[in-house]
Amino acid sequence: MTTIFDIARTGRGARAQYPGEQTAPAQAPATRQVHAAGRDGSGTGEPGDGLAGLPEALIREAPPNLPEVSELQVVRHYTNLSALNFSIDGHFYPLGSCTMKYNPRGAHRAASLAGFQDRHPLTPDSASQGFLGCLYELQEILKDITGMQGMSLTPMAGAQGEFAGVAMIRAYHDARNDTERTEILVPGAAHGTNPATAVMCGYRVREVALDSSGDMDVEALKAAVGPHTAGLMMTNPSTCGLFERKIGEIARIVHDAGGLLYYDGANLNAILGKAKPGDMGFDVLHLNLHKTFATPHGSGGPGAGPVGANERLLPYLPVPMVGLEDGRYRWLTRDDLPGSIGRLSGFAGNAGILLRALAYSLMLGREGMRRVGSFSTLNANYLAARLRRAGFDLAYPDRRATHEFALTLSRQAKACGVSAMDFAKRLLDHGVHAPTTYFPLLIPECFLIEPTETESKDELDRFVDAMTAIGKEAEQDPDRVRGAPYSLPVRRLDEVKAARELHLTWKPGPND
Amino acid sequence: MSETPNELRYAETHEWAREEDGIVAVGITDHAQDALGDVVYVELPEPGQWVAAREEAGVVESVKAASDIYAPVTGTVVAVNEQLEDAPELVNQDPYGDGWFFRIEPDDAAELGELLDADTYAETCAAEDE
Amino acid sequence: MPFIPHTPEEAGAMLREIGVADMEALFDEIPTELRSDALERVPPGMSEMAMLRWMAERAGNGSGLLCFAGAGSYDHHIPAAVWDLAQRGEFMTAYTPYQAEASQGTLQVIFEYQSMMSELTAMEVSNASVYDGASGLGEAVLMAVRANRRARGGTVLLAESVHPHYREVVANIVGNQGVKTRTLPMRSGAVDVAALGEPNPVAAVVVQQPNFFGLLEQVDAITDWAHERGALVIALVNPMALAVLKPPGRWGSQGADIACGDGQPLGVPMASGGPSFGFLCCRRALVRQMPGRLAGRTLDLDGKAGYTLTLQAREQHIRRGKATSNICTNQGLLVTAATIHMALLGAAGLAQVALGCRNNTRNLVERLTRIRGVETRFDEPFFHECAVDLPKPAQTVLEALIEHGVLGGVALGGYFPDMANTLLVCATEKRTGADIETYARALEGVLA
Repeated sequence: MTTIFDIARTGRGARAQYPGEQTAPAQAPATRQVHAAGRDGSGTGEPGDGLAGLPEALIREAPPNLPEVSELQVVRHYTNLSALNFSIDGHFYPLGSCTMKYNPRGAHRAASLAGFQDRHPLTPDSASQGFLGCLYELQEILKDITGMQGMSLTPMAGAQGEFAGVAMIRAYHDARNDTERTEILVPGAAHGTNPATAVMCGYRVREVALDSSGDMDVEALKAAVGPHTAGLMMTNPSTCGLFERKIGEIARIVHDAGGLLYYDGANLNAILGKAKPGDMGFDVLHLNLHKTFATPHGSGGPGAGPVGANERLLPYLPVPMVGLEDGRYRWLTRDDLPGSIGRLSGFAGNAGILLRALAYSLMLGREGMRRVGSFSTLNANYLAARLRRAGFDLAYPDRRATHEFALTLSRQAKACGVSAMDFAKRLLDHGVHAPTTYFPLLIPECFLIEPTETESKDELDRFVDAMTAIGKEAEQDPDRVRGAPYSLPVRRLDEVKAARELHLTWKPGPND
Repeated sequence: MSETPNELRYAETHEWAREEDGIVAVGITDHAQDALGDVVYVELPEPGQWVAAREEAGVVESVKAASDIYAPVTGTVVAVNEQLEDAPELVNQDPYGDGWFFRIEPDDAAELGELLDADTYAETCAAEDE
Repeated sequence: MPFIPHTPEEAGAMLREIGVADMEALFDEIPTELRSDALERVPPGMSEMAMLRWMAERAGNGSGLLCFAGAGSYDHHIPAAVWDLAQRGEFMTAYTPYQAEASQGTLQVIFEYQSMMSELTAMEVSNASVYDGASGLGEAVLMAVRANRRARGGTVLLAESVHPHYREVVANIVGNQGVKTRTLPMRSGAVDVAALGEPNPVAAVVVQQPNFFGLLEQVDAITDWAHERGALVIALVNPMALAVLKPPGRWGSQGADIACGDGQPLGVPMASGGPSFGFLCCRRALVRQMPGRLAGRTLDLDGKAGYTLTLQAREQHIRRGKATSNICTNQGLLVTAATIHMALLGAAGLAQVALGCRNNTRNLVERLTRIRGVETRFDEPFFHECAVDLPKPAQTVLEALIEHGVLGGVALGGYFPDMANTLLVCATEKRTGADIETYARALEGVLA
């Protein structure tokens, strides 16, 4: 679509509304002219010289080339752009490992209350009791759900939660002068964030293979652990959509070797109200509130990645956290927790997301939480059963699906030359967002499908119909599938051109 | 079926090596470029840099993947293919010719002999494809 | 059942299709000893109405203070259209734009955002955001070290006048990779350019403009000094101030190498500290060291222009342990808001906000320093924040001001032991002359 810069360039633009705008010229003036004319936008109403006293050398010479457009032009442009997106509100969005469930409007309304939105982050505790009380309540709820003894809400996304957790593992070993532990183990099918996090925390990564049933290969694990093992990171249910049945044995092996167990909470939705990571032997974990707790993904964020710890890692949780003493809430800082890995954000993390997660938890309540685990699992197993009956191959046909399951399209790829990516693109034409494709990598031509509990049976049936139709089309007219999508704003994009030419910003003149 | 010229030596990590007047030219194989897809970027070592056999000496990226390039022999990098900076597609178009990556002056010329010959390498690739 | 659409009949039919007797059977792979449905600490469910009332009671506590605090979070006006548009479900409930054809709206917003940020900072490249300003500075430091470690080692110099929270976050994020941080000392609240010495080699120098105290640093001299020693320059900047201040790309004779900061002044509510977003911009030569997502313009099969994520081979989902960072989710929705905000204000609107803030803060400081015992701690030039010394401990004064409905600033004693009586104040474009007078009268009362 035409960019906002092009709209401005065509000269239809009048400047957008803003206090003091009646005196502003239609085109962006040089900054010096703004202050020379006294158009300082001051709420005091006093014409002032806003730049007075500032050294000339530190002033901007030419204004930035931002678009100059009217408010209506802005509203129409971004409204039209939004219409080009698939979203949960408009489409079934069964992205494996992403938990694209309905984002309740009530939670959004709660976090948008003026008392939360307009609060300065450094407001003293005495004027923040309500807000701090909300965070404290969320800490308690998340501790209970996960079976952990402490919870810090400050990490701003899952990956930062992972960073916090692995940094805590390192702080624990360092505090014991156990400095020979240089390796973090991850399953071969782990999320990419796991190895990337381990490296950010100064560790080497060693991958542990899965056995043919999809569980971790315990013999391989035994061979990998040793005095150099700092810890093992894993999800459970795993990234293959399977509950790791040998988790008890795995925990024993790692703990016996002196390592710690890290739980990647990306797949917690499956076991909400059914089982707790703390009971499985995990020492530290993060949660993805933008997955399990229904906060919106926002086209790629913001998220929140609270990190929880059991007794032995408690002293290392990141700050700030919220404490309750004598009926008063207060921020706990490094002064209170001298062993803390410290602060990870400018203030206290993504408070607005935390408030949404709390509102969601309050609406669900404990019964609602248990139903999340039940119905997310029901939906995934139903969809897996129906797709299997429709002739598709499950990657692990002998296993129970959790909240998600993996399909392999390698038979179709070999027979018709139609890849998982082709199926994915053709699904878009059916008005369904594609599942996660090509992850985990060990499953060829993989679809990782996570329907979530908020989708109806009818919606799942429609997905089966769409897959069946594409399967037929792949046999009869594979080129048609390979050329998809046809009904979207653009057809398949030239990613090679994008990477080689790196056109990352708008330039005046022809942009292609 | 990808090409594996007989006169070259190969590493299991899919680099080829060719000796020319005591200098070893290095690139990635036809099989490797085909598996990667369209190459969009190549990161090369610095001329003058000493590299050890089987250690990372560069990176090759496609849209969907990135692979480390390992030095097939130990020695000093004496030249890099600067053309790849603007024309990474040469790796796809001519992997054994204009798509070469760098040239090494080996510490020990005999090390080249430890690499795989064409037939053995081709078998390795065939096994991988299974 | 909240947000679960199944009727009992449907659930029964689904179980039959699966071939199990009941829900319980779906969990038969979880070892019995690990099963637990105990959730004592989770309250019983509330209706939306009850939940909103519960939350509103807590939101109301301590709300409505007249805000004169800054220190990284600023009370700017946000045009109504910004969030009306940004919270559309099509933006708010979409995922990361991995399926480009189904995400052209988001991808084009990111492209426009990258273009605007690159204009504002005068840098060639911007990514699609990082979490916030502080963690973004950590990423910037790691980026500089990756680019410069071989030549200049793994030590980075941070000006003492950089926000203390940011300095702490940087140390926490980079320390585990063996990167060391050292302090470039300040004098009178800013980097003492005359005393810049010949340090050991460092990979990068970090300077904040305006700095934590609201003062302007001599960025040209610092930039040239760092470049002469082979260090990269990381500019930590307030994006709103860049409407009128020299952008990082123009600092010194070559410009800064990386520019970053917190995007909160661009249409993001203070929201108790987050979510906000971090921006990260750099020279083109450093783009492959840049963490996070990038959107690029390209063509589709029919030759039509479109947008896609690009250079993904730097990122964790492809490069795993060798990625530039572990970052995955970023702050997409805030970037959407910021893009709309910048489009609405334009360059002139942003400049008016910047000048309005400065003007109001000068009026505030002028008024407050008329009170006996209240003095500016440092000399001008300050931009839109100023450190003032009080005749009493600042924390005590702040607590007392709250009784008057005023959030009087940020007490600095916790950060700088010699500033126990110092308050950092800020008056944005939203503060009126009457607001300033309210503050001044309240302070007079508290100090009397």
